[in-house]
Amino acid sequence: MAEKRKKKLGIKQRYSMLTRGLGWDTTYQDMDKVFPYDNYEGIIIHDWEGWEDPFRLTMDAYWKFQSEKEKKLYAVIDSFAQNNGHLGITDARYVNALKLFLTGVSPLEYQAARGFTHVGRHFRGVGPRVACQMQAIDELRHVQTQIHSMSHYNKYFDGLHSAPHMHDRVWYLSVPKSFFDDARTAGPFEFLTSISFAFEYVLTNLLFVPFMSGAAFNGDMATVTFGFSAQSDEARHMTLGLEVIKFMLEQDERNIPIVQRWMDKWFWRGTRMLALVAMMMDYMLPKRVMSWREAWDIYFTEAGGALFADLARYGIKPPKYADIATKEAEHISHQAWHIFYNYTHAAAFHTWVPEKDELDWLSEKYPNTFDKYYRPRLEYLDKEEKAGRRFYNDTLPMLCQVCQIPMGFTDMDDPTTISFEVSEYKDDKYHTCSLGCKDIFDYEPAKYVQAWLPVHQIYQGNCGGAEIPDVLKWYNFNLGADNMEYNGSPDQKLWDEWQAHRKKA
Amino acid sequence: MSLEIKTNVIQPRRHTYDHIAKRLGADKPATRYQEGTWDLQPTTNFHYRPTWDPSREIYDKSLTAIEMEDWYSFNDPRQLYYGTYTMARHKMMEAEENHFKFIGKSNMFGLMDDEWQQKIKEFLLPMRHYEWGANMNNCDCSDKAYGTAISQVALFAAMDRLGMAQIISRVGLLLDDSTGKSLDQAKADWMENDLWQGARRMIEDSFVVKDWFELLVAQNLSMDGVVFPLFYQYFDEAGQQHGGAPMSMLNEFMQDWGKDEKRWLDHLLKVTAAESPENAALLSKWASVWTDRAIEAFTPIAKHVLGEGAADVMTSIRAEITKRAQKSGIEI
Amino acid sequence: MSRVVSITLQNNDDARPIIEAIEKDNPEATVNIYPGMVKIDCEGRLIIKQETVEELLGREWDVQELHLSIISMGGNVDEEDDYFELSWNL
Repeated sequence: MAEKRKKKLGIKQRYSMLTRGLGWDTTYQDMDKVFPYDNYEGIIIHDWEGWEDPFRLTMDAYWKFQSEKEKKLYAVIDSFAQNNGHLGITDARYVNALKLFLTGVSPLEYQAARGFTHVGRHFRGVGPRVACQMQAIDELRHVQTQIHSMSHYNKYFDGLHSAPHMHDRVWYLSVPKSFFDDARTAGPFEFLTSISFAFEYVLTNLLFVPFMSGAAFNGDMATVTFGFSAQSDEARHMTLGLEVIKFMLEQDERNIPIVQRWMDKWFWRGTRMLALVAMMMDYMLPKRVMSWREAWDIYFTEAGGALFADLARYGIKPPKYADIATKEAEHISHQAWHIFYNYTHAAAFHTWVPEKDELDWLSEKYPNTFDKYYRPRLEYLDKEEKAGRRFYNDTLPMLCQVCQIPMGFTDMDDPTTISFEVSEYKDDKYHTCSLGCKDIFDYEPAKYVQAWLPVHQIYQGNCGGAEIPDVLKWYNFNLGADNMEYNGSPDQKLWDEWQAHRKKA
Repeated sequence: MSLEIKTNVIQPRRHTYDHIAKRLGADKPATRYQEGTWDLQPTTNFHYRPTWDPSREIYDKSLTAIEMEDWYSFNDPRQLYYGTYTMARHKMMEAEENHFKFIGKSNMFGLMDDEWQQKIKEFLLPMRHYEWGANMNNCDCSDKAYGTAISQVALFAAMDRLGMAQIISRVGLLLDDSTGKSLDQAKADWMENDLWQGARRMIEDSFVVKDWFELLVAQNLSMDGVVFPLFYQYFDEAGQQHGGAPMSMLNEFMQDWGKDEKRWLDHLLKVTAAESPENAALLSKWASVWTDRAIEAFTPIAKHVLGEGAADVMTSIRAEITKRAQKSGIEI
Repeated sequence: MSRVVSITLQNNDDARPIIEAIEKDNPEATVNIYPGMVKIDCEGRLIIKQETVEELLGREWDVQELHLSIISMGGNVDEEDDYFELSWNL
């Protein structure tokens, strides 16, 4: 009988007692003073109890599962280092993707940790607060495991030595940095819409899943292990992203247009940033798993389609300009690679013209666009390079005021015309790269005029000096090693030497 | 296969990241704590000001009156980064879990005097709300702190506080046969019972403290400096005459945690006070004000559990905080 | 409009019984194998039953152990003591 009396609590009920029950409404201090930030965005919450916990990990289980994951991950990292795992990758060109990852993506994980800590303190509902705190510490995990995994690569390859310093300064890294600064300076609900929903739920799969699978394919066991291990947390984060959207939509119908606008904004900002990932996938993986276009079809068109069909019952529409983004999937990786090929003397990673079999693969994967627009250009650049005239563009590009990508993307229906838009604010003109970015600017011009635009800053003399080499030194680049064409780089020479020794052995 | 390569061609070209080498003073191998902590936080060229508080930058040194030449002067003496943190806590929790299992299986709580079981409901269970408040405060410190070194210890502490709030709640579920009634009563006590109003007022007041370093001192030195010895040492000892051994087993996590907290906290205070007389004066002021409050706030519950002995206990707890603070260069 | 829910798991020993259990309990599911991972798609809903995984594993299996192997998913989550389900509202 005693057995019966001691009923086991169901997971939902138990979790609710162990989390939701902890909070209380303060009476000695006004709740609005304790939680000053969760109502200025216009989101109306009638009942915080309406929050559905996206997952139900209590701290005991959290420590258990996470420590198990960490034990496994660090065992792989250790063995990768001990066995000189970097010698087993397909080609040293691959490491350039890691350089972009460590300088461009890992610092975002840190920003996410701090951002979720902020909202994890400032929502007045206990449920969302606990979920956000757990994500905060997860994100700290991600940045640290990435730094630890790549620590070994840093010992043998250039361009990985100064990620935090570069992230705060280098021109193309202002693309991801401004993306996250934008989210972090937004209110807590917009932050969750941007990072948890638009980024984690809708777009992060495009970064982590096919790219990490690519890392596996290219023999990089350290990266694939941290990548997939991080993704195992991501499944929880995605659930949080979907839950917060449903929560806002269910609480009050006046929230719907606000949420829709945020989705439109962050979808567009996210796709812009992912142009970097598109080129990593199509150009920087020596062995390819799937093209950016294919990944877009699976993870945006198909998965996103099912998601937005589900949200339609709330009156939510697929993000504005999703059609343009889908058209861009045919072009964006090629155009982004071209921009970096032009400016690789000012970048902390190498670029190159893909080899013939790689060009053939791109032709096959992009039958509508590659041969028509991009292959001839790459073949021309290849000829020039082989003739000793490797092309570098010495003029500084104009940057989009919102996404901060050089204005090199074209009109998607006319891929030979550069696309740009102009807005006016307080008698000044501001340029954006697309209708998506223009909309974002026009809605909050007072925010976007603050942007620390690297090219403007260089011209204003705030970046180490007037000459490009001064700027690059200010970036802490090792000139002639971190930057320039891959062919002839120290990375390449060493790699070839290692391979030669290997053959002899 | 890679071992076939002669070692001379695979000498590392550098041993650690540049910013780490700079702090180490040489390019030499660094620890995972160092690589995973130093200079992670962005420091300059922020793009926009927070719309929720345009008076500050995203990361802003002026969110505390404490000034440090280098916010990485402090390093966690436990060297905890995420991986070592989760493994350390899992180990502690595994032991705690075994205690829960053992006590649950053999119905050991039944060995405690009914009166003491009731006392535990009265003094321990409302503390789940205190722990939740401590979670909020550490979360706030982690949010506002400058530099990864301090921000991450505060985040670890925040998660620990949630964990301890959950351990205390599970004690309640053991006492009330998983009905949750004891937890409802504990919340009612926390909200209305006079014994708790001083403590609740203090923690609610701490929620609106603007300076994050003051908050860190208030929560982790002053309030915890009273709570951990009082609840998990003195009350625990008082329970021994009432068959309180099973509760002692469950107190182990909190006892170990309290020791662990002192390790990083006392070091942080020492480094901060040593930086300048101004810092030491600020820390002294905050520690004095909040220690007085914490002693006062927990005196009613101390009397409720310890009776006449409470006054002496509070005096010795206070002396202990003062002694610890002194060792860190802080005068209370 | 496609209403496919999906779950992606690591392609390793820990995940194998889960993948097998999914195939068993969701006969209409499609299993796609990529380097290092397995993506399983299913129209409308997909369920992972504790009982089935336990049978295949020959030991007790806590549904939350899924957290160790999962890489990604799409669909609304319903997590209970004895199952984990993904679905879209039809």
